[in-house]
Amino acid sequence: MLVKKILLVGNPNVGKSVVFSRLTGVDVIASNYPGTTVEFCKGCVGSGKDKIDVVDVPGTYSLDPTSPAEKVAVEMLNKGIKEKASIVINVIDATNLERNLNLTLQLLKRKVPLIIALNLWDEAKHIGISIDVEELQKILGIPIIPTVAITGEGVKSLVSRLSEAKISDYEYENTERWHNIGDIIEKVQVIKHKHHTFAERLSDLTVHPWTGIPIAVIVLFIIFQVIRFIGEGIINYVLDPIFTRLWQPVMEALSGLLGKEGIIHNILIGHLIDGKIDFGQSFGILTTGLYVPFGAVLPYIIAFYLVLSFLEDSGYLPRLAVLLDKTMHIIGLHGMAIVPMFLACGCNVPGIMATRILESKRERFIAATLMSITIPCMAQTAMIFGLLGQYGPKGIFPVFITLFLVWLIGGILMRFIIRGESPEIFTEIPAYRFPYLIGSLKKVWMRIKWFLKEAIPFVLLGVLIVNILYTFRIIQALGYFAAPVMTKFLGLPLDAVGALLIGFLRKDLAVGMLAPLGLSMKQLIISSVVLTMYFPCVATFAVLFKELGILDVLKAGAIMIGSAFIVGSLLNLIL
Amino acid sequence: MTSISLAHMGAGQSGTIMSIQGGRGIRAKLEAMGMRPGVRVTKVSGQIMQGPVIVRSGNTQVAIGFGMARKVFIAVD
Repeated sequence: MLVKKILLVGNPNVGKSVVFSRLTGVDVIASNYPGTTVEFCKGCVGSGKDKIDVVDVPGTYSLDPTSPAEKVAVEMLNKGIKEKASIVINVIDATNLERNLNLTLQLLKRKVPLIIALNLWDEAKHIGISIDVEELQKILGIPIIPTVAITGEGVKSLVSRLSEAKISDYEYENTERWHNIGDIIEKVQVIKHKHHTFAERLSDLTVHPWTGIPIAVIVLFIIFQVIRFIGEGIINYVLDPIFTRLWQPVMEALSGLLGKEGIIHNILIGHLIDGKIDFGQSFGILTTGLYVPFGAVLPYIIAFYLVLSFLEDSGYLPRLAVLLDKTMHIIGLHGMAIVPMFLACGCNVPGIMATRILESKRERFIAATLMSITIPCMAQTAMIFGLLGQYGPKGIFPVFITLFLVWLIGGILMRFIIRGESPEIFTEIPAYRFPYLIGSLKKVWMRIKWFLKEAIPFVLLGVLIVNILYTFRIIQALGYFAAPVMTKFLGLPLDAVGALLIGFLRKDLAVGMLAPLGLSMKQLIISSVVLTMYFPCVATFAVLFKELGILDVLKAGAIMIGSAFIVGSLLNLIL
Repeated sequence: MTSISLAHMGAGQSGTIMSIQGGRGIRAKLEAMGMRPGVRVTKVSGQIMQGPVIVRSGNTQVAIGFGMARKVFIAVD
């Protein structure tokens, strides 16, 4: 049979995305929690005439959808089945055969050519489950290939047997489905009784309230310390030496060649501070334009994503979600909302995308709006630390405590104002897995690449615009316009309006623009908070628009500008 | 044998699901996870202040809200 299209279908968190990456070579983010893939991914295997499209369908437990996310999956499947020459690879979790067969049996009824990848084969063996693949193949009448997608085991034979995919002639009554599954399980699966494994014991400890909550506090503390340790380490031992010892002399020489002033000098090198280049303040494309993304932000991006990937792949996040469920109810969400919130600390864009794991429109609006107002991305956080770090905790804490309070109060207000439903938590708790190192590191690399691709052009463009705006005295003119708000209410100098302007483009660069202004600690705190809250950067805005639609974005935008103004003014009064 | 709700069952206790009250939505959701009348389950944990309940059946663990757990009745061993 000529195969033109492959749909990867299966329960959430069975490794569809890993199989997808293995088949197509296209890198996609895979993690150990249900709902990592919220948007379908397309890639292809083979080339030329033999090219086959592969679609990674979001996970679903049933073809009778019970949530909007499952609905998307089922619609994609229906669309795929209609097209000729498409087959389905049903990825199933060998450690949960019974539950996974529920979806398989439903797929059989759709009369689409089917092949099964029996994934997590190694883990099943490890915990004492043995499955008679031959027998299962005979009963279902379709090819079944055991795989360990994460290491690539079995993927080759999966590919070589794709053409054997066929429509099963297994028949059953829909009302008797579980009964039939029971019969199949009896014939093909043997479970050896065994003692609790270490992972299972750890799992129990991390979800019992009296042990789980202290462990969560320790884990969050360690996360914070590790990010700081790695970030500072890379800055102090790698990037600072590179910039000061290697790049500085080159730039000083170039500055001399350009005559130390003039428009070209200002755009490339920027302004000299006390006759020397200052990477934080000069604001040329080759100085500050490179220093902000590479020297100040990148180390923390690396540190954050290393830690996040470990958290995602271990399976800890859904457990943390259970522990924090009640807390999240205060702001009208349930525990799983911590997943998008966590992702947003890296970058708001994937954070907002991940709100799709929440079921209702109300939850998604609250989560997306709240995170775009109060959660600074890692790039911005790094710059805030760089700027306020000199004052120690009394400079840093007010910023993050204010943002946390706004998160809490804003959430409570939205919970009462925004109408609609907020269903209870309902999520599978995956087994703990020790992250597969190569896979996790690849994921970190993908995210760093993504950051570089997104950040560098915008930062460089931003620096160019800043220079143009200053050269033509546009910022000064706008400052004059914004004077009443800026000085009277927020207590900031007129020049700070430039940062607010550039904040639309890149928040990290906007925070960087505060450096040359000679602000007091109080002014730095206020402007850091206002810059976080007042409006999302253009990338976040675009994805908000896509996810929420124009009406809700306008609502969200009004909330942002309003709350930024109120909070900034309050800080000006209190501090 | 009397049945009590999953919400009020003690952590660590096992039993058999007798019935799932409530709408079609919650029954469909639980059934898709393999949790239906007649299935043996163990309550792994409950949280303070009526937080979510984690229940295990076979190798699958599911966290469900307290409200939903109140509607699942178990004949405890």
